[in-house]
Amino acid sequence: MVAGTAAFAIALTGCGGSSSPEGSSSADGDTTGGEPVTLTVATFNDFGYTDALLQEYMDANPNVTVVQNIAATSNDARTNYFAKLGAGGLADVEAIEVDWLPEVMQYADLVEDLSSADVEGRWLDWKTEAATDPDGRLIGYGTDIGPEAICYDAAKFEAAGLPTDPAEVASLLEGDWAHYFEVGEQYQAGGGGAWFESANATYQGMINQVAAAYEDPDTGEIIATDNAEVKDLFMQVTEAAGDLSAHLPQWSDDWFAGLAQSEFATLLCPGWMLGVVQGAAPDTTTWNVADVFPGGGGNWGGSYLTVPSSGENLEEAKKLAAWLTAPEQQLKALAAAGTFPSQTDALADLDAINAAFASGDSPTKAEYFNTDSLGDIFSSRADAVSVAPFKGEFYFQVNDIIQNALTRVEDGSQDATTSWDQAVAEISALG
Amino acid sequence: MTTTPVRRETRSLTARQRLGRLDVKLSPYLYIAPFFIVFGIVGIFPILYTAYISLQDWDLVRNTGEYIGFEHFTWVLQDREFWIALRNTFSIFLLSSVPQILVATFIAYQLDHNLRAKTFWRMGVLLPYVVAPVAVALIFSNMFGDKYGLVNTVLNDLGLNSILWHTDVIPSHIAIATMVNFRWTGYNALILLAAMQAIPRDLYEAAAIDGASSLRRFFSVTVPQIRPTLIFVILTSTIGGLQIFDEPRMYDQTGTGGANKQWLTLTMYLYNTGWGKFDFGRAAAIAWILFLIIVAFSLINFFITRRLVADDASGGKR
Repeated sequence: MVAGTAAFAIALTGCGGSSSPEGSSSADGDTTGGEPVTLTVATFNDFGYTDALLQEYMDANPNVTVVQNIAATSNDARTNYFAKLGAGGLADVEAIEVDWLPEVMQYADLVEDLSSADVEGRWLDWKTEAATDPDGRLIGYGTDIGPEAICYDAAKFEAAGLPTDPAEVASLLEGDWAHYFEVGEQYQAGGGGAWFESANATYQGMINQVAAAYEDPDTGEIIATDNAEVKDLFMQVTEAAGDLSAHLPQWSDDWFAGLAQSEFATLLCPGWMLGVVQGAAPDTTTWNVADVFPGGGGNWGGSYLTVPSSGENLEEAKKLAAWLTAPEQQLKALAAAGTFPSQTDALADLDAINAAFASGDSPTKAEYFNTDSLGDIFSSRADAVSVAPFKGEFYFQVNDIIQNALTRVEDGSQDATTSWDQAVAEISALG
Repeated sequence: MTTTPVRRETRSLTARQRLGRLDVKLSPYLYIAPFFIVFGIVGIFPILYTAYISLQDWDLVRNTGEYIGFEHFTWVLQDREFWIALRNTFSIFLLSSVPQILVATFIAYQLDHNLRAKTFWRMGVLLPYVVAPVAVALIFSNMFGDKYGLVNTVLNDLGLNSILWHTDVIPSHIAIATMVNFRWTGYNALILLAAMQAIPRDLYEAAAIDGASSLRRFFSVTVPQIRPTLIFVILTSTIGGLQIFDEPRMYDQTGTGGANKQWLTLTMYLYNTGWGKFDFGRAAAIAWILFLIIVAFSLINFFITRRLVADDASGGKR
């Protein structure tokens, strides 16, 4: 039953593109320099760690053999991670996703502290902060991030009398969410259809800009129902969605069909979404990316590498994790799988990022989105991210309840107030 | 009279003979032992261990728990989602099992006639069973899409309104039951067909000579004769129906039963609690409640079926 969710989950966690073959175990026992060790790296979807990349490490460290296990989905990896975290049996280096990072943080004592002078300042501050526990231990090395831009359909913009050039669209949309919805009304006044896909996805973009939305960072208590900001966003987005939404729940069959048939004009676009759009609407040529995001920057998704303490070769594993997450390697992973770097040095190397977006199968991302400056756009979007939202033990359960509440308004089965009240009751029952 | 020589014989048994007797007495148990040993390991032990965990506030990762008595059970029984899941499970079960068994019996009765290309028709009804459930779910959830689904497109072409398959409760149950029926009707038909083939033909001939119509022959000969198989089919589909998981989980992209839990079933509720929230104590409690429900319901079904079919059989009982 999980195999089927795979198709969606790949889209969910984003790392699209062509999947690299399974990790192969080259067991040539070259034993010069140090004890021979075999290290396993467990990843999911496609991290862009190609055989060639791993071979590079093995060539530089002849005593090390690296074997990669790739899980189909982030969900599979999550289940496996928590089933074995206490009991033992995890790989030497285990990838985790930011979605379940809060759950891993509860067991921070079971994974190694990875902080060291060598890697200090390697990543964007908020990326490192999210993986640092209250005692100051760094439990994961950042791999990729999902800085969000706005994707838009230039043909639809033109038909509704809006500008079509990415730079002009960026300045048109510059502002807060209320402004984004206003432009949507302009678009509809000009004869356009739906402005965005669903209230759910839009709310996700909004709530990810709130520093402490659902839980008190100091006590971990659930504050979602008392937090006026949450309710305001809920009401704001459901009101706007009435006219502006295409009412297509994200990742549903209808959503993919809607994308293929250009049902809506704009889409919140993390870097990994490019592959999803291209995959769902291969024949469309009018999608563009604007260097702007309502309400400032926003991040959606991304992963880390952890070293579980139950492993046998902790020092070697840390070395490998540090190497894999170094800027040079991340740029190669970007070229292979589209995983956008979280490392400041890699982000500064705009030429390399642009080149990575322009490589791969034809049409490349650069060709499909009609620009060769995708690297500039997403680096600038990454710089704009200023908030690392606090996500505690209950974050995902609360968020799930609110997302369901939004869906009930979207599908017309309840009005916003009824739906919100039900969500409040469900959240109160959590504790 | 006859006991004396036997006793004498026993006394005079050689070691070899004794072994032989032991062999005869014990062998059958020995031969079936592997099943029960394996069943004990993978069946009984987990059931008991689940009971143990259900009384604890369990931490899967650290593998430790704190005894809290029946708190999980009271929590679950007070949870709104549990009752919704129970409602959905029974609704989907009824929508699938009842038509399924009726249709399966009808199909089997037709296949029992002398048809041309018998094997072709018989294999044909089994075909859906060979398709993987996940594939079935993918195809059907595409058909039952709210906006771009095939079913709604056809309805619109006929001038009817779209049905909100993922919003309204009953349509979502019907869609899921359709997947279940698609998969299991043919399978049950074949089992019933096998039972029908075992009915002696002279019973039909005798009934025909007595002037019984085709319908009468079906109810007075076929149905009573396949009673044990019918009970088996009803029991297995009860157990299977109450544990329905694949189809509702594959019904939308998140697999959590819908925004208002429209098609959340008990096994999905169990799964979400265990592998979604990692609350294994509570999940274990749900597992036990589900177990008890299934046992109770199977027993009820067993007695009802026996009574019903027995009444029908009053005329032509074997």
